[in-house]
Amino acid sequence: MSIKGKAYVVGAYEHPTRDAPDKTTAQLHAESARGALADAGLTFDDVDGYFCAGDAPGFGAMSMVDYMGMRNVRHMDTTETGGSSYIVHLNHAAQAIAAGKCTVALITLAGRPRNGGNRPGPGGGGRPPAGLTDGAPEQGFESIYGGSTHNTYGMCAMRHMHEYGTTSEQLAWIKVAASHHAQWNEHAFLKNVVTVEDVLNSRMISDPLHLLDCCVVTDGGGAVVVTSPEVARSLKRPLVRLLGAAEAPKMQMGGKGLDLTHSGAVWSGPKAFEEAGVTPADIKYASIYDSFTITVLMQIEDLGFCKKGEGGKFVADGNLISGVGKLPFNTDGGGLCNNHPTNRGGITKIIEAVRQLRGEAHPKVQVPNCDLAIAHGTGGSLGVRHAAGTAIMEREA
Amino acid sequence: MSEPMTRPIPAPAVTLESKPFFDAAAEGRFLIKRCNACGEAHWYPRTICPICHSDDTVWEESPGEGVIYTYSVMHRSPTGPYAIGYVTLSEGPAMMTNFVDVAPDGLSIGMKVKVKFLPTEGGPPVPVFAPV
Repeated sequence: MSIKGKAYVVGAYEHPTRDAPDKTTAQLHAESARGALADAGLTFDDVDGYFCAGDAPGFGAMSMVDYMGMRNVRHMDTTETGGSSYIVHLNHAAQAIAAGKCTVALITLAGRPRNGGNRPGPGGGGRPPAGLTDGAPEQGFESIYGGSTHNTYGMCAMRHMHEYGTTSEQLAWIKVAASHHAQWNEHAFLKNVVTVEDVLNSRMISDPLHLLDCCVVTDGGGAVVVTSPEVARSLKRPLVRLLGAAEAPKMQMGGKGLDLTHSGAVWSGPKAFEEAGVTPADIKYASIYDSFTITVLMQIEDLGFCKKGEGGKFVADGNLISGVGKLPFNTDGGGLCNNHPTNRGGITKIIEAVRQLRGEAHPKVQVPNCDLAIAHGTGGSLGVRHAAGTAIMEREA
Repeated sequence: MSEPMTRPIPAPAVTLESKPFFDAAAEGRFLIKRCNACGEAHWYPRTICPICHSDDTVWEESPGEGVIYTYSVMHRSPTGPYAIGYVTLSEGPAMMTNFVDVAPDGLSIGMKVKVKFLPTEGGPPVPVFAPV
Protein backbone atom coordinates (compact mmCIF):
# COMPACT_ATOMS: atom_id res chain seq x y z
CA MET A 1 0.00 0.00 0.00
CA SER A 2 1.22 3.47 -0.85
CA ILE A 3 0.15 6.78 0.67
CA LYS A 4 -0.08 8.25 -2.83
CA GLY A 5 -3.37 10.12 -3.11
CA LYS A 6 -4.58 8.82 0.27
CA ALA A 7 -4.21 11.99 2.36
CA TYR A 8 -4.79 15.74 1.97
CA VAL A 9 -3.58 18.75 3.98
CA VAL A 10 -6.71 20.76 4.76
CA GLY A 11 -5.63 23.13 7.53
CA ALA A 12 -2.46 25.12 8.12
CA TYR A 13 -1.74 27.90 10.62
CA GLU A 14 1.41 29.74 11.58
CA HIS A 15 1.17 31.32 15.03
CA PRO A 16 1.66 35.09 14.63
CA THR A 17 3.85 35.52 17.70
CA ARG A 18 7.63 35.82 17.48
CA ASP A 19 8.15 36.60 21.16
CA ALA A 20 5.80 35.10 23.74
CA PRO A 21 6.72 36.29 27.24
CA ASP A 22 3.11 35.91 28.41
CA LYS A 23 2.13 32.46 27.14
CA THR A 24 3.15 28.90 28.00
CA THR A 25 4.46 26.45 25.44
CA ALA A 26 1.40 24.27 25.97
CA GLN A 27 -0.77 27.29 25.25
CA LEU A 28 1.09 28.00 22.00
CA HIS A 29 0.47 24.38 20.93
CA ALA A 30 -3.22 24.79 21.67
CA GLU A 31 -3.51 28.17 19.95
CA SER A 32 -1.73 26.81 16.89
CA ALA A 33 -4.05 23.81 16.87
CA ARG A 34 -7.12 26.07 17.10
CA GLY A 35 -5.81 28.10 14.17
CA ALA A 36 -5.18 25.11 11.94
CA LEU A 37 -8.52 23.50 12.77
CA ALA A 38 -10.35 26.79 12.15
CA ASP A 39 -8.55 27.12 8.83
CA ALA A 40 -9.82 23.65 7.90
CA GLY A 41 -13.35 24.29 9.17
CA LEU A 42 -12.95 21.48 11.70
CA THR A 43 -13.08 21.28 15.52
CA PHE A 44 -11.01 19.58 18.21
CA ASP A 45 -13.70 16.93 18.44
CA ASP A 46 -13.02 15.97 14.80
CA VAL A 47 -9.38 15.15 15.58
CA ASP A 48 -8.73 11.42 16.01
CA GLY A 49 -5.00 11.41 15.30
CA TYR A 50 -2.45 13.56 17.14
CA PHE A 51 1.22 14.05 16.29
CA CYS A 52 3.85 15.96 18.28
CA ALA A 53 7.60 15.84 18.87
CA GLY A 54 10.02 16.65 21.65
CA ASP A 55 8.96 20.29 21.88
CA ALA A 56 5.63 19.24 23.40
CA PRO A 57 5.89 19.73 27.17
CA GLY A 58 5.26 16.91 29.58
CA PHE A 59 4.49 13.33 28.67
CA GLY A 60 4.32 13.89 24.90
CA ALA A 61 0.94 13.26 23.33
CA MET A 62 -0.61 12.27 26.66
CA SER A 63 0.01 15.66 28.28
CA MET A 64 -0.98 17.57 25.16
CA VAL A 65 -4.12 15.61 24.29
CA ASP A 66 -5.31 16.12 27.87
CA TYR A 67 -4.33 19.80 27.95
CA MET A 68 -6.17 20.47 24.70
CA GLY A 69 -9.18 18.40 25.71
CA MET A 70 -9.21 16.18 22.63
CA ARG A 71 -11.79 13.54 23.46
CA ASN A 72 -11.62 11.42 20.33
CA VAL A 73 -7.94 10.74 19.69
CA ARG A 74 -7.37 7.09 18.71
CA HIS A 75 -3.96 7.37 17.09
CA MET A 76 -0.79 9.04 18.36
CA ASP A 77 2.77 9.50 17.17
CA THR A 78 5.53 11.31 19.03
CA THR A 79 8.38 10.50 16.67
CA GLU A 80 11.24 12.88 17.48
CA THR A 81 13.73 13.75 14.73
CA GLY A 82 14.46 17.36 15.67
CA GLY A 83 13.36 20.02 13.22
CA SER A 84 12.26 17.52 10.59
CA SER A 85 9.84 15.82 12.99
CA TYR A 86 6.75 17.47 11.53
CA ILE A 87 7.54 16.43 7.96
CA VAL A 88 8.09 12.89 9.23
CA HIS A 89 4.74 13.25 11.01
CA LEU A 90 3.10 14.24 7.72
CA ASN A 91 4.27 10.93 6.28
CA HIS A 92 3.16 8.99 9.35
CA ALA A 93 -0.20 10.78 9.38
CA ALA A 94 -0.77 9.86 5.74
CA GLN A 95 0.12 6.23 6.52
CA ALA A 96 -2.29 6.21 9.45
CA ILE A 97 -5.09 7.73 7.36
CA ALA A 98 -4.44 5.32 4.47
CA ALA A 99 -4.54 2.43 6.92
CA GLY A 100 -7.78 3.60 8.50
CA LYS A 101 -6.19 4.29 11.89
CA CYS A 102 -7.45 7.89 11.93
CA THR A 103 -9.24 10.31 9.61
CA VAL A 104 -8.31 13.76 10.94
CA ALA A 105 -4.69 14.13 12.02
CA LEU A 106 -3.39 17.18 13.91
CA ILE A 107 0.34 17.98 13.97
CA THR A 108 1.54 20.72 16.34
CA LEU A 109 4.82 22.46 17.16
CA ALA A 110 5.51 25.26 19.63
CA GLY A 111 8.24 26.61 21.85
CA ARG A 112 9.59 29.76 23.55
CA PRO A 113 13.39 29.81 23.33
CA ARG A 114 13.40 33.62 23.68
CA ASN A 115 11.63 33.30 27.02
CA GLY A 116 13.31 30.34 28.65
CA GLY A 117 10.91 27.74 27.37
CA ASN A 118 11.57 24.25 28.63
CA ARG A 119 13.62 23.29 25.61
CA PRO A 120 15.53 26.40 24.57
CA GLY A 121 17.64 25.74 21.50
CA PRO A 122 20.99 27.26 20.64
CA GLY A 123 20.63 30.97 19.95
CA GLY A 124 17.90 31.40 22.54
CA GLY A 125 19.35 32.30 25.85
CA GLY A 126 16.26 33.87 27.38
CA ARG A 127 15.41 32.98 30.93
CA PRO A 128 11.98 32.33 32.39
CA PRO A 129 10.67 34.88 34.89
CA ALA A 130 11.90 34.11 38.39
CA GLY A 131 10.12 31.18 39.97
CA LEU A 132 8.27 30.15 36.82
CA THR A 133 8.72 27.06 34.67
CA ASP A 134 7.35 26.09 31.28
CA GLY A 135 7.12 22.34 31.61
CA ALA A 136 4.20 19.91 31.69
CA PRO A 137 1.06 22.00 32.21
CA GLU A 138 -0.35 19.53 34.75
CA GLN A 139 2.82 19.24 36.80
CA GLY A 140 2.16 21.97 39.37
CA PHE A 141 -1.24 20.49 40.14
CA GLU A 142 -0.22 16.83 40.35
CA SER A 143 3.40 16.02 41.15
CA ILE A 144 3.18 17.87 44.48
CA TYR A 145 0.83 15.22 45.86
CA GLY A 146 3.29 12.35 45.96
CA GLY A 147 1.64 10.31 43.24
CA SER A 148 3.50 7.12 42.37
CA THR A 149 2.41 4.14 40.36
CA HIS A 150 1.47 2.34 43.60
CA ASN A 151 -0.93 4.91 44.98
CA THR A 152 -2.41 6.12 41.69
CA TYR A 153 -3.26 2.50 40.77
CA GLY A 154 -4.39 2.06 44.36
CA MET A 155 -6.94 4.81 43.78
CA CYS A 156 -8.32 2.86 40.80
CA ALA A 157 -8.59 -0.33 42.84
CA MET A 158 -10.30 1.54 45.70
CA ARG A 159 -12.93 3.01 43.36
CA HIS A 160 -13.44 -0.30 41.52
CA MET A 161 -14.06 -2.03 44.85
CA HIS A 162 -16.50 0.73 45.82
CA GLU A 163 -18.52 0.56 42.60
CA TYR A 164 -18.41 -3.16 41.85
CA GLY A 165 -17.64 -4.94 45.11
CA THR A 166 -14.33 -6.25 43.81
CA THR A 167 -12.28 -7.83 46.62
CA SER A 168 -8.61 -8.13 47.53
CA GLU A 169 -9.01 -11.93 47.32
CA GLN A 170 -10.10 -11.63 43.70
CA LEU A 171 -7.17 -9.34 42.86
CA ALA A 172 -4.83 -11.80 44.61
CA TRP A 173 -5.86 -14.56 42.18
CA ILE A 174 -4.15 -12.58 39.39
CA LYS A 175 -0.81 -12.76 41.20
CA VAL A 176 -1.39 -16.41 42.02
CA ALA A 177 -1.93 -17.21 38.33
CA ALA A 178 1.20 -15.29 37.29
CA SER A 179 3.25 -17.14 39.92
CA HIS A 180 2.01 -20.51 38.68
CA HIS A 181 3.42 -19.59 35.27
CA ALA A 182 6.66 -18.04 36.56
CA GLN A 183 7.72 -21.24 38.33
CA TRP A 184 8.53 -22.73 34.91
CA ASN A 185 10.47 -19.70 33.65
CA GLU A 186 14.15 -20.11 34.51
CA HIS A 187 14.73 -16.37 34.00
CA ALA A 188 11.80 -15.22 36.15
CA PHE A 189 12.70 -12.72 38.86
CA LEU A 190 10.25 -14.41 41.26
CA LYS A 191 9.83 -18.16 40.73
CA ASN A 192 7.94 -19.09 43.89
CA VAL A 193 4.30 -20.10 43.63
CA VAL A 194 2.16 -17.97 45.93
CA THR A 195 -1.33 -18.37 47.35
CA VAL A 196 -4.18 -15.93 47.83
CA GLU A 197 -3.27 -15.86 51.52
CA ASP A 198 0.34 -15.01 50.71
CA VAL A 199 -0.84 -11.97 48.73
CA LEU A 200 -3.28 -10.83 51.42
CA ASN A 201 -0.68 -11.31 54.15
CA SER A 202 2.02 -9.36 52.33
CA ARG A 203 2.46 -5.85 53.67
CA MET A 204 0.19 -3.06 52.55
CA ILE A 205 1.93 -0.74 50.10
CA SER A 206 -0.85 1.66 49.15
CA ASP A 207 -4.48 0.83 49.98
CA PRO A 208 -5.80 -1.55 48.83
CA LEU A 209 -2.71 -2.88 47.04
CA HIS A 210 -0.36 -5.22 48.93
CA LEU A 211 3.27 -5.86 48.10
CA LEU A 212 2.33 -8.93 46.08
CA ASP A 213 -0.25 -6.95 44.08
CA CYS A 214 2.72 -5.09 42.58
CA CYS A 215 4.99 -6.03 39.68
CA VAL A 216 8.70 -6.63 39.99
CA VAL A 217 11.34 -3.98 39.29
CA THR A 218 13.94 -5.37 36.89
CA ASP A 219 16.74 -4.33 34.60
CA GLY A 220 16.63 -5.80 31.13
CA GLY A 221 15.31 -5.27 27.67
CA GLY A 222 13.65 -6.78 24.63
CA ALA A 223 13.16 -6.22 20.93
CA VAL A 224 10.79 -7.19 18.16
CA VAL A 225 11.26 -7.28 14.39
CA VAL A 226 8.33 -6.72 12.03
CA THR A 227 8.47 -7.21 8.25
CA SER A 228 6.44 -7.66 5.07
CA PRO A 229 4.61 -10.90 4.18
CA GLU A 230 7.13 -11.55 1.40
CA VAL A 231 10.16 -11.27 3.67
CA ALA A 232 8.42 -13.20 6.46
CA ARG A 233 7.76 -16.13 4.11
CA SER A 234 11.40 -16.14 2.99
CA LEU A 235 12.55 -16.71 6.58
CA LYS A 236 12.59 -19.95 8.55
CA ARG A 237 10.46 -18.93 11.53
CA PRO A 238 6.78 -19.70 12.23
CA LEU A 239 4.55 -17.05 10.69
CA VAL A 240 2.95 -14.72 13.23
CA ARG A 241 0.68 -12.25 11.51
CA LEU A 242 -0.66 -9.02 12.93
CA LEU A 243 -4.43 -8.97 12.44
CA GLY A 244 -5.46 -5.78 14.15
CA ALA A 245 -4.06 -3.06 16.36
CA ALA A 246 -5.38 0.09 17.96
CA GLU A 247 -4.54 2.67 20.58
CA ALA A 248 -6.25 5.27 22.71
CA PRO A 249 -5.26 7.80 25.33
CA LYS A 250 -7.40 8.20 28.42
CA MET A 251 -7.35 11.63 29.99
CA GLN A 252 -8.93 13.58 32.82
CA MET A 253 -10.54 15.99 30.35
CA GLY A 254 -10.80 18.97 32.64
CA GLY A 255 -11.88 16.77 35.53
CA LYS A 256 -15.38 16.45 34.10
CA GLY A 257 -16.88 13.02 34.73
CA LEU A 258 -13.65 11.47 36.01
CA ASP A 259 -14.02 7.67 35.95
CA LEU A 260 -11.06 5.67 37.24
CA THR A 261 -12.81 2.31 36.88
CA HIS A 262 -12.05 1.93 33.19
CA SER A 263 -8.98 2.23 30.99
CA GLY A 264 -8.30 3.30 27.42
CA ALA A 265 -8.85 -0.36 26.46
CA VAL A 266 -12.56 0.42 26.16
CA TRP A 267 -11.63 2.25 22.94
CA SER A 268 -8.50 0.46 21.72
CA GLY A 269 -9.91 -3.04 22.32
CA PRO A 270 -13.06 -2.87 20.16
CA LYS A 271 -11.15 -1.10 17.37
CA ALA A 272 -8.44 -3.78 17.32
CA PHE A 273 -10.99 -6.62 17.46
CA GLU A 274 -12.98 -5.04 14.64
CA GLU A 275 -9.92 -4.72 12.43
CA ALA A 276 -8.87 -8.29 13.22
CA GLY A 277 -12.36 -9.61 12.54
CA VAL A 278 -12.37 -11.68 15.72
CA THR A 279 -13.99 -11.44 19.16
CA PRO A 280 -12.65 -11.83 22.70
CA ALA A 281 -14.18 -15.32 22.81
CA ASP A 282 -11.87 -16.38 19.97
CA ILE A 283 -8.66 -15.47 21.85
CA LYS A 284 -6.59 -18.48 22.98
CA TYR A 285 -3.89 -16.58 24.88
CA ALA A 286 -3.74 -13.08 26.37
CA SER A 287 -0.72 -10.98 27.30
CA ILE A 288 -2.26 -8.37 29.60
CA TYR A 289 -0.19 -5.56 31.09
CA ASP A 290 0.30 -6.36 34.75
CA SER A 291 1.98 -3.48 36.53
CA PHE A 292 -0.45 -4.30 39.32
CA THR A 293 -3.20 -6.84 39.79
CA ILE A 294 -5.86 -4.14 39.33
CA THR A 295 -4.34 -3.25 35.94
CA VAL A 296 -5.09 -6.77 34.69
CA LEU A 297 -8.60 -6.84 36.11
CA MET A 298 -9.66 -3.54 34.57
CA GLN A 299 -8.15 -4.31 31.17
CA ILE A 300 -9.78 -7.75 31.02
CA GLU A 301 -13.15 -6.09 31.57
CA ASP A 302 -12.45 -3.27 29.14
CA LEU A 303 -11.27 -5.62 26.38
CA GLY A 304 -14.57 -7.47 26.64
CA PHE A 305 -13.46 -10.79 28.17
CA CYS A 306 -16.22 -10.26 30.72
CA LYS A 307 -18.79 -7.59 31.59
CA LYS A 308 -17.72 -4.37 33.31
CA GLY A 309 -17.58 -4.94 37.04
CA GLU A 310 -17.39 -8.73 36.75
CA GLY A 311 -13.62 -8.90 36.41
CA GLY A 312 -13.24 -9.98 40.03
CA LYS A 313 -15.35 -13.10 39.50
CA PHE A 314 -13.69 -13.73 36.14
CA VAL A 315 -10.10 -13.83 37.44
CA ALA A 316 -10.85 -15.86 40.59
CA ASP A 317 -10.27 -19.58 41.09
CA GLY A 318 -7.41 -19.88 38.64
CA ASN A 319 -9.27 -18.77 35.52
CA LEU A 320 -6.09 -17.11 34.21
CA ILE A 321 -3.84 -20.17 34.77
CA SER A 322 -2.77 -22.01 31.64
CA GLY A 323 -4.25 -25.51 31.57
CA VAL A 324 -6.71 -24.64 34.34
CA GLY A 325 -8.76 -21.60 33.37
CA LYS A 326 -10.52 -20.19 30.34
CA LEU A 327 -8.13 -17.32 29.64
CA PRO A 328 -4.44 -18.25 29.97
CA PHE A 329 -2.57 -14.99 30.57
CA ASN A 330 1.06 -13.91 30.92
CA THR A 331 2.48 -17.41 30.74
CA ASP A 332 6.02 -16.07 31.17
CA GLY A 333 5.04 -14.98 34.68
CA GLY A 334 4.34 -11.46 33.46
CA GLY A 335 5.43 -8.26 35.08
CA LEU A 336 4.03 -9.50 38.37
CA CYS A 337 6.63 -12.28 38.67
CA ASN A 338 8.92 -12.54 35.66
CA ASN A 339 10.10 -9.23 34.25
CA HIS A 340 9.14 -5.56 33.96
CA PRO A 341 12.27 -4.16 32.32
CA THR A 342 12.89 -0.51 33.15
CA ASN A 343 9.29 -0.27 34.38
CA ARG A 344 7.99 -0.68 30.84
CA GLY A 345 6.31 -4.00 30.23
CA GLY A 346 4.89 -3.59 26.73
CA ILE A 347 7.55 -5.43 24.80
CA THR A 348 7.52 -8.52 27.03
CA LYS A 349 3.78 -8.69 26.37
CA ILE A 350 4.42 -8.99 22.64
CA ILE A 351 7.29 -11.45 23.13
CA GLU A 352 5.31 -13.99 25.17
CA ALA A 353 2.37 -13.77 22.76
CA VAL A 354 4.77 -14.57 19.90
CA ARG A 355 6.19 -17.53 21.88
CA GLN A 356 2.68 -18.86 22.41
CA LEU A 357 1.71 -18.47 18.75
CA ARG A 358 4.92 -20.21 17.66
CA GLY A 359 4.36 -23.02 20.15
CA GLU A 360 7.62 -22.05 21.82
CA ALA A 361 6.33 -21.22 25.31
CA HIS A 362 7.41 -23.50 28.15
CA PRO A 363 5.67 -26.88 27.68
CA LYS A 364 4.08 -26.57 31.13
CA VAL A 365 2.29 -23.35 30.10
CA GLN A 366 2.00 -23.68 26.31
CA VAL A 367 -1.62 -23.27 25.23
CA PRO A 368 -2.56 -26.16 22.90
CA ASN A 369 -3.13 -25.10 19.30
CA CYS A 370 -2.58 -21.46 20.17
CA ASP A 371 -3.42 -19.74 16.91
CA LEU A 372 -4.85 -16.42 18.14
CA ALA A 373 -3.40 -14.13 20.80
CA ILE A 374 -3.77 -10.61 22.13
CA ALA A 375 -1.11 -8.34 23.60
CA HIS A 376 -2.47 -5.35 25.46
CA GLY A 377 -0.76 -2.65 27.48
CA THR A 378 -1.31 0.51 29.49
CA GLY A 379 1.37 3.18 29.67
CA GLY A 380 1.44 6.16 31.99
CA SER A 381 -0.82 5.80 35.00
CA LEU A 382 -4.24 4.21 35.09
CA GLY A 383 -5.11 6.66 37.86
CA VAL A 384 -3.94 9.88 36.20
CA ARG A 385 -3.57 9.74 32.41
CA HIS A 386 -2.47 6.87 30.26
CA ALA A 387 -2.46 5.39 26.78
CA ALA A 388 -3.69 1.94 25.88
CA GLY A 389 -2.29 -0.19 23.07
CA THR A 390 -3.88 -3.40 21.75
CA ALA A 391 -2.47 -5.85 19.20
CA ILE A 392 -4.12 -9.04 17.96
CA MET A 393 -1.90 -11.63 16.29
CA GLU A 394 -2.48 -15.01 14.69
CA ARG A 395 -0.35 -17.95 13.66
CA GLU A 396 -0.53 -18.53 9.95
CA ALA A 397 -0.82 -22.19 9.09
CA MET B 1 -5.76 5.18 66.66
CA SER B 2 -2.93 6.40 64.48
CA GLU B 3 -1.80 9.99 64.05
CA PRO B 4 -3.55 12.37 61.63
CA MET B 5 -1.77 12.44 58.30
CA THR B 6 0.16 15.28 56.78
CA ARG B 7 3.19 15.34 54.51
CA PRO B 8 6.05 17.63 53.46
CA ILE B 9 5.15 18.99 50.03
CA PRO B 10 7.70 20.11 47.46
CA ALA B 11 7.36 23.49 45.75
CA PRO B 12 4.93 23.26 42.83
CA ALA B 13 6.12 24.00 39.29
CA VAL B 14 4.42 27.33 38.54
CA THR B 15 3.85 28.42 34.93
CA LEU B 16 2.58 31.65 33.40
CA GLU B 17 -0.85 30.02 33.13
CA SER B 18 -0.95 28.82 36.74
CA LYS B 19 0.64 31.85 38.42
CA PRO B 20 -2.70 33.55 39.26
CA PHE B 21 -3.80 30.35 41.01
CA PHE B 22 -0.71 30.15 43.20
CA ASP B 23 -0.69 33.92 43.86
CA ALA B 24 -4.25 33.53 45.21
CA ALA B 25 -3.22 30.42 47.14
CA ALA B 26 -0.61 32.55 48.93
CA GLU B 27 -3.54 34.67 50.14
CA GLY B 28 -5.52 31.60 51.19
CA ARG B 29 -7.96 31.86 48.28
CA PHE B 30 -8.85 28.80 46.15
CA LEU B 31 -9.43 29.57 42.47
CA ILE B 32 -10.83 27.44 39.70
CA LYS B 33 -11.27 28.24 36.03
CA ARG B 34 -14.69 28.57 34.39
CA CYS B 35 -15.50 29.00 30.72
CA ASN B 36 -17.87 31.82 29.77
CA ALA B 37 -18.71 30.11 26.48
CA CYS B 38 -19.92 26.73 27.78
CA GLY B 39 -20.38 27.64 31.45
CA GLU B 40 -18.38 24.63 32.66
CA ALA B 41 -15.73 24.74 35.39
CA HIS B 42 -12.62 22.67 34.74
CA TRP B 43 -9.49 21.41 36.52
CA TYR B 44 -6.48 21.81 36.24
CA PRO B 45 -6.84 25.48 35.17
CA ARG B 46 -6.08 26.28 31.51
CA THR B 47 -6.27 29.31 29.24
CA ILE B 48 -8.27 27.43 26.63
CA CYS B 49 -11.32 25.51 27.89
CA PRO B 50 -10.60 21.74 27.62
CA ILE B 51 -14.32 21.07 27.26
CA CYS B 52 -15.45 23.47 24.48
CA HIS B 53 -12.07 24.94 23.43
CA SER B 54 -13.08 28.58 23.82
CA ASP B 55 -10.40 30.96 25.08
CA ASP B 56 -12.97 32.90 27.10
CA THR B 57 -12.03 31.37 30.45
CA VAL B 58 -12.03 33.26 33.75
CA TRP B 59 -10.79 32.69 37.29
CA GLU B 60 -13.47 32.12 39.91
CA GLU B 61 -13.07 31.93 43.67
CA SER B 62 -14.38 28.64 45.05
CA PRO B 63 -15.22 27.65 48.63
CA GLY B 64 -13.26 24.46 47.88
CA GLU B 65 -15.90 22.01 49.01
CA GLY B 66 -16.46 18.56 47.64
CA VAL B 67 -16.59 14.82 48.26
CA ILE B 68 -13.91 12.14 48.03
CA TYR B 69 -14.13 10.31 44.68
CA THR B 70 -11.35 7.89 45.59
CA TYR B 71 -8.15 7.71 47.64
CA SER B 72 -5.21 5.51 48.52
CA VAL B 73 -3.08 5.67 51.64
CA MET B 74 0.58 5.22 50.77
CA HIS B 75 2.36 3.27 53.49
CA ARG B 76 5.74 3.04 51.75
CA SER B 77 6.88 6.51 52.75
CA PRO B 78 9.85 7.64 54.85
CA THR B 79 7.82 10.55 56.25
CA GLY B 80 4.87 8.42 57.34
CA PRO B 81 1.68 7.35 55.59
CA TYR B 82 -0.06 9.89 53.37
CA ALA B 83 -3.26 9.89 51.37
CA ILE B 84 -3.55 10.80 47.71
CA GLY B 85 -6.95 11.00 46.09
CA TYR B 86 -9.43 12.85 43.97
CA VAL B 87 -12.06 15.27 45.22
CA THR B 88 -15.16 15.97 43.16
CA LEU B 89 -15.65 19.70 43.73
CA SER B 90 -19.16 21.08 44.19
CA GLU B 91 -18.60 23.03 40.94
CA GLY B 92 -18.21 19.74 39.07
CA PRO B 93 -14.63 18.91 38.21
CA ALA B 94 -12.53 16.31 40.00
CA MET B 95 -9.02 17.22 41.16
CA MET B 96 -6.05 15.31 42.53
CA THR B 97 -5.04 16.18 46.08
CA ASN B 98 -3.77 14.96 49.45
CA PHE B 99 -6.07 14.37 52.39
CA VAL B 100 -4.78 15.68 55.73
CA ASP B 101 -5.85 16.00 59.38
CA VAL B 102 -7.33 12.52 59.27
CA ALA B 103 -6.01 9.14 60.40
CA PRO B 104 -4.93 6.65 57.72
CA ASP B 105 -8.00 4.52 58.43
CA GLY B 106 -10.35 7.50 58.66
CA LEU B 107 -11.12 8.10 54.99
CA SER B 108 -14.01 6.85 52.88
CA ILE B 109 -15.35 7.43 49.40
CA GLY B 110 -18.15 10.02 49.46
CA MET B 111 -16.80 11.76 52.59
CA LYS B 112 -17.30 15.55 52.61
CA VAL B 113 -14.05 17.52 52.55
CA LYS B 114 -12.96 21.13 52.37
CA VAL B 115 -9.84 22.79 51.01
CA LYS B 116 -7.01 24.12 53.12
CA PHE B 117 -3.55 25.25 52.11
CA LEU B 118 -0.30 23.63 53.16
CA PRO B 119 3.03 25.43 52.93
CA THR B 120 5.60 23.93 50.56
CA GLU B 121 9.35 23.70 50.63
CA GLY B 122 10.36 27.04 49.12
CA GLY B 123 7.28 27.63 46.98
CA PRO B 124 3.70 28.89 47.23
CA PRO B 125 1.21 26.94 49.36
CA VAL B 126 -0.84 24.22 47.67
CA PRO B 127 -4.42 23.03 48.16
CA VAL B 128 -5.07 19.89 50.20
CA PHE B 129 -8.36 18.70 51.68
CA ALA B 130 -9.51 17.74 55.16
CA PRO B 131 -12.76 16.13 56.32
CA VAL B 132 -15.42 18.69 57.22
